[in-house]
Amino acid sequence: MSKRIIEQNAETLIFELSDQNRRSSSLAPDIDINDACNNLPEHLQRKKKLQLPQVGELQVVRHYTRLSQKNFSIDTHFYPLGSCTMKYNPRVCNTQAQLAGFTSRHPMAHSSMSQGVMSCMFDLQNMLMEATGMKQVSLTPMAGAQGEFAGIAMIRAYHDHNKELQPDKEPERSEIIVPDAAHGTNPATAVMSGYKVKEIPTNDQGDIDIDALEKMIGPQTAGIMLTNPSTLGVFERKIKLIADMIHKAGGLLYYDGANLNAILGKVKPGDMGFDVIHMNLHKTFSTPHGGGGPGSGPIGVSERLQPFVPVPIVGRNEQGYYWITEKQLPLSIGRLSAWMGNVGILLRAYIYALLLGRNGMVRVADFATLNANYLLKRLMEADFEMAFPERRASNEFILTLRKEAKEYGTTAMDFAKRLLDYGYHAPTTYFPLLVPECFLIEPTETESRDDLDAFVETLIKIRDEAEQSPNLLKDAPFELPVRRLDDVKAARELDLNFYYSKC
Amino acid sequence: MPYIPHTPNEVEEMLRVIGAESIDDLFDEIPQELRIDLEKSTGLNPIPLGKSEMAVQRQLSEKAMLDGTPLCFAGGGAYEHHIPAALWELATRGEFYSAYTPYQAEASQGTLQVIYEFQSMIANLTAMDVSNASLYDGASGLAEAVLMAVRANRKAKSKRILMPESVSPVYRQVVETIVKNQGITLELIAIDQTTGTINREHAQQQLHNDAAFAALVIPQPNYFGSLEEVHQLTDWAYKQGALVIAQVNPTALALLAAPGNWGENGADIAVGEAQPLGIPLSSGGPYIGFIACKQKLVRQLPGRIVGRTVDLDDKPGFTLTLQAREQHIRRSKATSNICTNQGLLATAVTLYLSFLGTDGLQKVAASCVANTQKLIALLEKSPEIKFPFGKTVFHEFVVQLDVSVDSVLERLAEEDIVGGINLSQQQVASQSVDANKNQLLICVTETKTEEELRFFSETLIAICSEISSLSNSEGELS
Repeated sequence: MSKRIIEQNAETLIFELSDQNRRSSSLAPDIDINDACNNLPEHLQRKKKLQLPQVGELQVVRHYTRLSQKNFSIDTHFYPLGSCTMKYNPRVCNTQAQLAGFTSRHPMAHSSMSQGVMSCMFDLQNMLMEATGMKQVSLTPMAGAQGEFAGIAMIRAYHDHNKELQPDKEPERSEIIVPDAAHGTNPATAVMSGYKVKEIPTNDQGDIDIDALEKMIGPQTAGIMLTNPSTLGVFERKIKLIADMIHKAGGLLYYDGANLNAILGKVKPGDMGFDVIHMNLHKTFSTPHGGGGPGSGPIGVSERLQPFVPVPIVGRNEQGYYWITEKQLPLSIGRLSAWMGNVGILLRAYIYALLLGRNGMVRVADFATLNANYLLKRLMEADFEMAFPERRASNEFILTLRKEAKEYGTTAMDFAKRLLDYGYHAPTTYFPLLVPECFLIEPTETESRDDLDAFVETLIKIRDEAEQSPNLLKDAPFELPVRRLDDVKAARELDLNFYYSKC
Repeated sequence: MPYIPHTPNEVEEMLRVIGAESIDDLFDEIPQELRIDLEKSTGLNPIPLGKSEMAVQRQLSEKAMLDGTPLCFAGGGAYEHHIPAALWELATRGEFYSAYTPYQAEASQGTLQVIYEFQSMIANLTAMDVSNASLYDGASGLAEAVLMAVRANRKAKSKRILMPESVSPVYRQVVETIVKNQGITLELIAIDQTTGTINREHAQQQLHNDAAFAALVIPQPNYFGSLEEVHQLTDWAYKQGALVIAQVNPTALALLAAPGNWGENGADIAVGEAQPLGIPLSSGGPYIGFIACKQKLVRQLPGRIVGRTVDLDDKPGFTLTLQAREQHIRRSKATSNICTNQGLLATAVTLYLSFLGTDGLQKVAASCVANTQKLIALLEKSPEIKFPFGKTVFHEFVVQLDVSVDSVLERLAEEDIVGGINLSQQQVASQSVDANKNQLLICVTETKTEEELRFFSETLIAICSEISSLSNSEGELS
């Protein structure tokens, strides 16, 4: 390993650059603070000293530019993080969403001053409806998990409504079925809607265990939450049968759109029999992940859930575009955000959808699937073990490093950390929980073959290192701004606030 | 092909490696009857074909121009402030913009340190001990605060929350949507009709023979712009064994008492919308909720939290911590189903507070107060405009007109002015605000010049008398 000329030093905290006597900003109005305070009752004024940093503008710019350089990102690194669809975020989506007409619109502006943005939202609703085969789309959920919440809340509202109409015929529905490989948000969401969670096992081919499902379904079943292609990176082949079984029992099907990228333009969730879906626009429609949010999780519903969708949505009549609210939809589950969700993000998704068009959407699924299957095959040829070697990969697949863990004592986490040294963001590790020492790998359609080949070569190299000098993995990373962090200390000696011990 | 770098040769070679004839073969596990079949359905045909970047740019520019950049006097939870030019230039650097949740801490020290700084700033602003890494927005943040208070107040063993009508009606609706299936009830407290603040006698009546409640929500400034007696209310709630949730505007906290210093004990949870700190209005989102609390409640906080620790060489570094509360570990027993924070917006807020500093934020807040009082003074000249809740406000106030607020707002829109928020229309389920009262909520921030304030007041007064004389003459005709 080459020795660094400049050792990477920790970037000081912005607070340590501050001097409360510094006044260099042209960013605030010139005003006498005390004068203005005379308009506020004395006893309601702030007594405790405010300690925001007083730093020069250039020093602020430099501090945060340097911090940004400590990040891996799609723009700088291959980022095969399974289930997260880390594809290129076209720059034009950002620049156009930041046009003044969009950013300066107040959410309560009169609809006569809002026809531009409302027409974009109306078009996006329609495009998402067509792409997913659902009858109505509501754009308001602010993240995938909120879309999930909306979905299950609608299922509950539907059953509650039926129970009200037919108190004697309709059973008490108290259970939501969730596969054991599901995202953690699924069971957490079901509980937030007041349901009990029933976990259903997966068979050795990655499909749902139909016999177990048969036994689990009954009059108490409110619904099932599925991801298809599943979190195991394979298509659930018996989906139609599962849909029929659930519907026969009076339950509904919820579709987690995490892997929609794999099937765009190939098969629609509505045609598979789903009653409600959420989409992750920050995955399939390439809106920015932003270091963990903002997301955007619109929902789509089948006819029977149409009266329950969260509001507002945009409608159109002869006069133009208008808001559809609780007034027109009295059975709506209500509002999830103060206005209509993350409009700035929805605009980015809309722009992306316009750029792709229907032809581009099909290509997304084509090339995401081609890249995943190519990478899977190359890694198999290199003698890596796959969780489901007999199956086609969807947009992602699972590799297990249990053999390497046993032979060399190097875990999946060790491989992940060593990958960072070579300039690759690690795949998703230890998820799904049922495959030991696993990597969930999702290359996405925007990576080139050369980059995929280089990734394979790197994994082979790291496996050689594991055999010859396993400490290179166990002690990795070496090349990053920090080495492995002490998580135990972080949780035991909580330091969450620079000022806490200094107040 | 847009955003797909493959050459035809590469595709062919890749298929050869896979052992497939065509890309379509890769979908052969999907049952044929489910596949989109253009002979039987329209497939994606209603979606237009892809367009060039130039064509899309043109289309979007036209749409943005349609909405223009009107003069805005609306607030109600979304506030126009000046945003430093450098802010979004930095926040949209690819390294911030296109990174994901910092699961791999070593490769995410930038994002993690930014969030640690964000948490420290929010905690300092609210005078609370700890903050999380942010929530979706202020409204859903209030819902999370309510859930948190019910979990945390073990002594009260109550799922009742006292919710004043001086909290934004849309916030109350969002809280209702999110908490109603968990057996939590929101009991409304009416407002005092002369001050627009919490009616403390009604709060006392809501105690229902001493039945406990988990928490009292106190907004400051409240939805009508008025200032609540936060110290007395906090002490009162504390005596009843309830927690206090402070729902606050972060700009106002530069000048107003911080929740941690309310009453003798301070509020327990502070929550709010951080949009005023560097986030554009953008039709209501993406915004960013913040939530901070006392140290003893930290394990009940929802969402992501970043902690400072050390690495193998004892060098300081940052990592996600207390993950045992979260859905990816706890699944059905998690404190919330929240999976993400608003990372990019938290970055923007951190940048805003760094650029402005203590002095800058205080000046922005002071300028809001001063400009608001200037507009009040201008409007006072008209006898037709009344101030039902007084004039002791931060940067919003209510006026009562003699004419329909809807028609006034429509006429103002024709003059390219967003004139405020129609309260009578908003308060659908309210006991306090009579739909016939013609009340308008107006907001003024530091962005308005003297000329704009004069122009707005003159236009508003003129439109009011115009409509009023029009309806009078109509009355005479009939």
